[in-house]
Amino acid sequence: MGRTLAEKVWDEHVVRAATPGTGEPDLLYIDLHLIHEVTSPQAFDGLRLAGRGVRRPDLTLATEDHNVPTLDWDQPIKDPVSRTQVETLRKNAEEFGVRLHPLGDLDQGIVHIIGPQLGLTQPGMTIVCGDSHTSTHGAFGAIAFGIGTSEVEHVLATQTLPQARPKTMAVTVTGELPDGVTAKDLVLTLIAHAGTGGGQGYVVEYRGPVIEALSMEARMTVCNMSIEWGAKAGLIAPDETTFAYLAGRPEAPKGDDWDAAVAHWKTLVTDDDAEFDAEIVLDASTMTPFVTWGTNPGHGVPLGGSVPDPDSFAEESDRVGARKALEYMGLDAGTPMREIKVDTVFVGSCTNGRIEDLRAAAEVVRGRKVADGTRLLVVPGSARVRLQAEDEGLDVDFKEAGAEWRGAGCSMCLGMNPDQLAPQERSASTSNRNFEGRQGKGGRTHLVSVPVAAATAIRGTLSSPADLEPTSEGAR
Amino acid sequence: MEAFRTHTGIGVPLRRSNVDTDQIIPAVYLKRVTRTGFEDGLFAAWRGEPSFVLNRDPYDAGSVLVAGPDFGTGSSREHAVWALQNYGFRVVLSPRFGDIFRGNAGKAGLLAGQVDEKVVQRLWSLLEAEPGTTISVDLVEKTVRAGTGPEAVEDSFDIDDYTRWRLLEGLDDISLTLAHDADIAAYESQRPAWKPTTVSTRAGA
Repeated sequence: MGRTLAEKVWDEHVVRAATPGTGEPDLLYIDLHLIHEVTSPQAFDGLRLAGRGVRRPDLTLATEDHNVPTLDWDQPIKDPVSRTQVETLRKNAEEFGVRLHPLGDLDQGIVHIIGPQLGLTQPGMTIVCGDSHTSTHGAFGAIAFGIGTSEVEHVLATQTLPQARPKTMAVTVTGELPDGVTAKDLVLTLIAHAGTGGGQGYVVEYRGPVIEALSMEARMTVCNMSIEWGAKAGLIAPDETTFAYLAGRPEAPKGDDWDAAVAHWKTLVTDDDAEFDAEIVLDASTMTPFVTWGTNPGHGVPLGGSVPDPDSFAEESDRVGARKALEYMGLDAGTPMREIKVDTVFVGSCTNGRIEDLRAAAEVVRGRKVADGTRLLVVPGSARVRLQAEDEGLDVDFKEAGAEWRGAGCSMCLGMNPDQLAPQERSASTSNRNFEGRQGKGGRTHLVSVPVAAATAIRGTLSSPADLEPTSEGAR
Repeated sequence: MEAFRTHTGIGVPLRRSNVDTDQIIPAVYLKRVTRTGFEDGLFAAWRGEPSFVLNRDPYDAGSVLVAGPDFGTGSSREHAVWALQNYGFRVVLSPRFGDIFRGNAGKAGLLAGQVDEKVVQRLWSLLEAEPGTTISVDLVEKTVRAGTGPEAVEDSFDIDDYTRWRLLEGLDDISLTLAHDADIAAYESQRPAWKPTTVSTRAGA
């Protein structure tokens, strides 16, 4: 029988196979280990305590992203606790010989933006990071997943991880995405359909004509959200779109190495006779802009819909969850989503902070003004995305519209730095989690696509670009 | 890691499902560079409400948390496990755990036992009717026991065999893996030369 893409990549990395029937996991080799300031300090401490080193600093890359400020980022960090954490990463990188892209460096940025941008993220690799959105790298046909700090220490010490072989699932997306419907809407629709635990125990392969037609950036958006429905990882078979994205990037193979790599990458597809343990089929043609109303990413409805009635859910635990969610969100069942007023719009994060996202947002706000009483925060995913956007004049579009143009980092996605919602403040956010307090204690988050975020900033209520008056200026 | 065989402690009913790791400990509490001191961040938003279960005697002295399905979803932060341990929890029971949380718990020595949803419902009723009721968790037999009489709960829980073995023996994963150092070196000697490294641009610059 043939093998799936995930099984091929897994098999290529087994250092030591589990003895069948023992319940022992495989020992898996890790090709790339990404680290950041929040989940690594205790791991380096563990190494020091045990007198161990980093086995492969040459397969390890560090950056500062989670708690760094996006204002005055060229100044020393004001919050002493945040500063200590960043300084700890710098000391550890120096002591253990790990390459670091610190705040102010051209290659600094959200860890899941800079891996692909540098060309370090390549098909067929195993990639881990102490961050659950590591699944983003699966867009290149890599097995990429988030790990905890004990596992970070394990990878630092051994460049391997004991891992039980996951089951495989296909998510096949047929039809065609309608105009104005993005990869973000697709994945939010999927999560509402499958539930936040629907992917648990599976490595998911996204496939079918709609996935093949997506850009690399859109594929990263889809794979990024794999963890939001519980999947171990999500991946997409590499193809010409993948190779074209990688060609010429700083860490991509060159010359004969490139030819050898591409020849191998072309074998990384699911065989026709391979079988998945489960499959979900979705028709993209029926999809519309999709937004969340509640407090987990599965709480979503079409933008044209209304806040659901908790009593409409079949399961008692879902009814209880929905009631708690509506209370927290300050919403009444039956309210049309388009009538929900938003205080802050956040464009950024490892889900939607790439250059293509900023272009899409700028296109909507160009020649328009952010609504009175609404704040639009635009945070590039990396320093290079920021510079590229400035080269293209996107920062001018944002600033002329009345938006705040910031430095790179995770920012309001998780509110670890000063970019936070106030209690009961409501956001439309292009990020990945609408958990209670995620963007600040008491903050209320609606997850949205980039075009919906930008249009919402202009109208002040949840909106799509189709709801906006045409501009006199038109497209530039 | 300290070996875990059995534990008996006051049960805490957490009547919530989908408790993600942002609820267990919000991001603003993740700035410490140690593995200790995270107890103040545990369930920080809910601890502000006087009626929250951990603000009530005798639940505040609990060490066995009984939660609804999908406990520990979301962020990979191991701080969620540390916060529970720092507070005093040794065991969490839930019908379903987030994968990364369950893995982190196993590494750090917190027992994450998967129980049937009906068992959770019965434990909740029991713990609310008789605050301070203790739950006994036996990792050797994979059983949970609480209460006496007709309302008593006695059932089994699930945990993967490998994690159970490591917890019972108090084994450290890294030492186990380093015993296979020769296998790792053999694997490394056969990796293709075109695989990327993080030093290439610096070396070639």
